[in-house]
Amino acid sequence: MSTTTKVLTGVWIAAVTVAAFTWLPPAQGFRNPESARIVVFHVPCAVLTFIAFMANALYSWKYLRSRNPLADAKANISAELGMLFAVLATVTGSLFAMEQWGSPWNWDPRETSIVMLMLVYAAYFVLRGSVEEKSKRARLSAAYALLAFPAMVFLIWIFPRIVESLHPTNTLFSRTGLDPAYRVTLWGFFAGLVSVYVWMFRLRLRVELAEARLRERRHSELEMEPIGAQP
Amino acid sequence: MSRSSGWAREAQAVFAKDCLLELRTRVALGAVVLFAVTSVVAAGFALAPPSGVAGDVKAALLWVVIFFAAVAGLSRVFVVEEETRTADALRLAVSPVGVFVGKLAFNTVLMWVLCALTVPLYLVLLEAPVVHWGLFVVVTFLGSTALACATTAVAAIVAKASMRGALFGVLSFPVALPPLLVAIHGTKAAWMANAGWRAAIGDIQVLVGFMLVIVPASLLVFEHIWSD
Amino acid sequence: MTWQIELRRVGKVFNDRPVLRGISASVCSPGAWTILGPNGSGKSTLLRIIAGLLTPTDGEVLYLRNGERLNAQQRRQAVGMVAPDIALYRPLTALENLRFLARARGMHLRDPQLLELLEQVQLRQRAHDPVATFSTGMVQRLKLLTALVHRPPVLLLDEPGSNLDEAGMEFIRLIVREQAKHGIVIVATNDTREMDYGEPLIRLGA
Repeated sequence: MSTTTKVLTGVWIAAVTVAAFTWLPPAQGFRNPESARIVVFHVPCAVLTFIAFMANALYSWKYLRSRNPLADAKANISAELGMLFAVLATVTGSLFAMEQWGSPWNWDPRETSIVMLMLVYAAYFVLRGSVEEKSKRARLSAAYALLAFPAMVFLIWIFPRIVESLHPTNTLFSRTGLDPAYRVTLWGFFAGLVSVYVWMFRLRLRVELAEARLRERRHSELEMEPIGAQP
Repeated sequence: MSRSSGWAREAQAVFAKDCLLELRTRVALGAVVLFAVTSVVAAGFALAPPSGVAGDVKAALLWVVIFFAAVAGLSRVFVVEEETRTADALRLAVSPVGVFVGKLAFNTVLMWVLCALTVPLYLVLLEAPVVHWGLFVVVTFLGSTALACATTAVAAIVAKASMRGALFGVLSFPVALPPLLVAIHGTKAAWMANAGWRAAIGDIQVLVGFMLVIVPASLLVFEHIWSD
Repeated sequence: MTWQIELRRVGKVFNDRPVLRGISASVCSPGAWTILGPNGSGKSTLLRIIAGLLTPTDGEVLYLRNGERLNAQQRRQAVGMVAPDIALYRPLTALENLRFLARARGMHLRDPQLLELLEQVQLRQRAHDPVATFSTGMVQRLKLLTALVHRPPVLLLDEPGSNLDEAGMEFIRLIVREQAKHGIVIVATNDTREMDYGEPLIRLGA
C-alpha cells in the first residue's frame, strides 16, 4: 500500500472520528443520546468481522482446492483480523449496552452470534496450535473452517428468526430507523476501516512471506547432495 | 468368488466392524454412558428437590448433559483407529466416503443408545414435566442424530491433532451449537402445555435442514481430513 | 493384463524439510523390486506415497492397467500393503479381521473359505483367538494374508522380515516369488537378508 493511501486513510479516519463527535447530532429516542455516537464505530467493526469470516472460509476452500500455502496463510490472517474486529465490536457494543440498558450483556441474538464467531476463531487457533506438520495443519484448519461456516450461517441468520418469533426485540439497528447523518458517518467510518483492514492484511502477508523465504534460505544452506538418487 | 463395489457396502462393513470392536472393548459406550449417568445423578443432587426448578432450566440441562456425554465418546471412532495404527489399513481398503458414512452411522447409533439409556433416567430423577410425548421423542431423536452429524467430521480432525481429549470439546461446540440450541428450544415446547407441535415445527425444520447441510459439507471436506 | 507403476519426479516435504526429492522410476509387471536405504532415508515415506497413503508434495504416481490410467478407487483395489505401522485390530480375532477387510474390499467370502485362507498361512487353529494374543510371526502372516485377500496385482512390503525367524523369512520369500510371477512386488528394506528379493529400483541416501 502506498504512503499516500496510508496517510489519506489516517486523515480520513481522523476526520470521520471528529465528525462523529461534533457534526453528528445526538441520537434521539435513546436513554443517553450522546452515547449513541458509538454506533458509528461499532457497526463497521461488526460488519468487518463477518467479512473476515467469509474471507477465512473462502481462502480455506481455495487452499483445499489448490494446496497452495499462500491460501492457507491468507485464511489464517483473515481469522486473526476477524478476531481483532470481533473483540472491537464486542467492546464497543458492550459499552453502548451498558449506557443504554444498564447491563453490558443482554444475550440478544446478535451478541450471541458474535460470541460464537469468536469461539469459532478461538477453536481455529487452538487447532492450528496443536498440529505440528504444516501442510497437515493447513488441511485440518481449512476443513474445520468449512465445517464451522454452515453452522455459523445457521446461528446468525436462521436461529434468531425462530427465537425472535418468541422474543420480538432488537429493532434498534434496523435500517429504516437510521438517521441520514448517521448513515453517512457510519459508512464513512466503514470505508476508512476497510482501508485499515486491507493494509493490515497485506502487512501480515508480507511478514509471512518473508518468514517463508527465510526458512527456505536456511534449508538451502543446509542442503547436501540430492536426496533419493537413482542407483 | 464375486466382487461388489460401492460406498454403501464399504460403510456397512466399517459399521459392522466398529460395532464388533465396541462390543469387545466398550470404549466409547462406557465413556459416554458413565459420563451421562454421572451428570444426571449430579444434576439430581444439585437441584433436589427438582419440583421447584423451572421446566426450561431442566430442558437446557438435559441437552447440556447429552452434549458433554457426546463429547466424551464420539471422537473415539477415529481416535482409536489412529492410536492403534489401524487407520492406514482402513485407508488402503475403504474409500473416504465409505469410512465417513460408516463412522457417522456408528456415532448416530451411539447417540441413540445414549439417549435411550439416560433420557428416561433424567426424566424420572428430575421430574421433567413432559406434556407432548410424541413431540419430545421426535425432538430427542432428531437432536441426537443432528449432534452426531455435526461432530463426526470434527472427530476425524481431532484424531489427527495432538491433545485430542481437550480439543474435541473445543472444536465441536461451535459446530454443534445450532442443533443444541434448537433441540433445547423444541424440548421446552414439548414440556409446556400451551406450546406443543405448533411452537416446535420450526425447530424440527431447522434440525432436519441442519443435517441436510452439515452432512454434505462434512463429506466434501472429509477426504481432505482423512487422506494425508 | 500388464500393470505399470510410474513415479514422476516425486518429492515430499515435511515442514520445509525435503524428505524425498525428484524421484522418477517405472516398473512393469511381472517382477519384484527393492527400495534400499538406511533408516530414516525415506523408504517408508516413498512406499506410502506409492501406496497412495501419502500425497506427494511434488510430482505424481501413476498406475496403469494395459496402458490405461487408474483412478483412486481402482488404485485402492490394485494395491495390497504390509508395513510395521499398519496394524490389525487387536481385540478382534484373526477370522474377524480377515472377514472385515475382505468385506470392505467387496469380496463375498463365506467363513469356510476364509478359514481355508487362514489354513494357508497356518492360522486355522487360532482363527478364533484375538490378534492381541498372537506372536510377531503370526501377526505378520495374517497381515500378508489380509493384504492379499483381494488378489491385488501390486504388493508393497515395508521391512517384511523384521523380527522374524528363518521360517518366517522363508514364508515371505515364497509369497514374494509367487506374486512376482504375475504381478508387481516392491520391497522396502535395509536388511541384507532381504535385498535379493528383487532388482534394486531405488537407492535412497541418508
